[in-house]
Amino acid sequence: MTVPAQAVPELSAAQQDRLRYRRGQARRSRLLAGVSTVAFLAVAGAVIVLSPGWSRVKEQFLDVQVARDSLPAIAEGFWLNLRILVVCAVLIVVVGLGVAALRTLRGPVFAPLRIMAAAYTDIFRGMPLIVLLYIVGFGVPGLRLSGVPNAPAVLGSVALVLTYGAYVAEVFRAGIETVHPSQRMAARSLGLTYGQTMRRVVLPQAVRRVTPPLLNDLVALQKDVGLISVLGAVDAVRAAQIEVARTYDFTPYLVAGLLFILLAVPTARLADWVNARAARRQQAGGLV
Amino acid sequence: MRHMSLSRARLVPATLLAVALLAAACAEEDDTAGTNASPSGSASETADACAKENLQTHTAGKLTITTDKPAYEPWFVDDAPENGKGYEGAVAAAVADKLGFTPEEVVWTRTKFDAAIAPGPKDWDFDINQFSITEERKQAVDFSSPYYDVTQAVITTGASNAADAKSLADLEDLKIGAQVGTTSYDAIVSVIDPSSKPAVYNTNDDAKQALENGQIDALVVDLPTAFYITAAELDDGVIIGQLPTEGGEQEQFGLVLDKGSPLTACVSAAVDSLREDGTLDQLVDEWLSQAGGAPVLQ
Repeated sequence: MTVPAQAVPELSAAQQDRLRYRRGQARRSRLLAGVSTVAFLAVAGAVIVLSPGWSRVKEQFLDVQVARDSLPAIAEGFWLNLRILVVCAVLIVVVGLGVAALRTLRGPVFAPLRIMAAAYTDIFRGMPLIVLLYIVGFGVPGLRLSGVPNAPAVLGSVALVLTYGAYVAEVFRAGIETVHPSQRMAARSLGLTYGQTMRRVVLPQAVRRVTPPLLNDLVALQKDVGLISVLGAVDAVRAAQIEVARTYDFTPYLVAGLLFILLAVPTARLADWVNARAARRQQAGGLV
Repeated sequence: MRHMSLSRARLVPATLLAVALLAAACAEEDDTAGTNASPSGSASETADACAKENLQTHTAGKLTITTDKPAYEPWFVDDAPENGKGYEGAVAAAVADKLGFTPEEVVWTRTKFDAAIAPGPKDWDFDINQFSITEERKQAVDFSSPYYDVTQAVITTGASNAADAKSLADLEDLKIGAQVGTTSYDAIVSVIDPSSKPAVYNTNDDAKQALENGQIDALVVDLPTAFYITAAELDDGVIIGQLPTEGGEQEQFGLVLDKGSPLTACVSAAVDSLREDGTLDQLVDEWLSQAGGAPVLQ
């Protein structure tokens, strides 16, 4: 089917004109796009830089010296964010999957379990996280029970897992219910038990389908982890707040924001990669 | 058609540039206004400039004063700054009076800490909320002359691990808390330097709860607040003692004004005359009298 280069027929003069004209147009529009982008950036920059308050905003939001001075404290707080994020993310998946499994149990005997699972998601999805943090973080240690931890990081993590577990349980349930009933029937008719059907047939498909929303929740969690600072732990945002209060300079907030973006970007790329891989596997026969 | 689109493509950036230049022109104008209005001159010179009709307040003929919500005792009473009660409530009323504003001409608003120190335009004339004056902070806001000399104090409850502490060394291995954004926090770090990181709370109310729960052993607040909290709010509250000032420098509260505010000189002059005529001492006696002696920790 390939055509040898020499075999390209001679183009007519009119066609050559047309092609030349189109190339010219393409070049012109590229040039125009470039010029207009540069001009836009220049004007946007000029409007900001020439605004009456620019010198003060620059001093109070973009002070390199303050950024450098505050970075160690903020990084230390960010390290706490990261540790809590990892622990919570694992626990949330466990809780979410468990609750979703309970909620999707078939059979009238399991009604109490289904009701309990539904009540859990209703309560903890509805409860504002900050309120739950106060209840768990200050209420539980107020009981002064022996053996109950009173470290803010631990209590804050409990509140995060309770709230996010409820969200993630619903995501998993949605995934489980999108698996067509014929899959279950086929599995059961092959002699698999209910548990085997869930583990080998339903969940692998369900989890793959809900990976994008799960990673979405992970990014949201990255930022909400910082809310445990209301209990006294110094996370990245709280560390920045302390620096801001000391200097009356907002640059530390920008530094903290930058760290969170740097964390979110790899998560987004991971999500893209996971999705692409899932698409490849599901369309093993090629694109239809 | 082709010709028209080309000219439009030239016109758009040109218009945007014109807008930018206009903004630049405005910026210059604004700057000069700022320098003209910046405080200058001695007290005698400012006397006339500080006549009520010459003051460039946010709302002409009114003095807009702001503080945080909630406003805590003993600085304000009943979270109602307009009643002129509490030390800061009374100082604000006295400053307004000195500047020639009747109580009816004083408007109270509420402003969160971050908004008070942000560079944007302010919709108030000054903020009174236990702002400590530091050189670093002066780069971002204007401070009036100081209206109160403050020290930091360590408080706890009788049931706490810190109840028997007598010295700074006794506090070193304890878990100590403070409200975020306060010089109390700085005092923990620089004066006590505890082995475990200080716990930092949104408000003193949260910190008090943590203290009562045993999540922290002690709490650092300013001395008048220490007296108020231990007497009125904590069960079995104890003041361990005052913290020595860092580097021997006296910490002072000042009124916060927008950077370059035209009112700074006049508000400072009003505070100065309140100090000189004994009004400030009298208000301290009236509202902070119980905040007297607590041992200074060594």
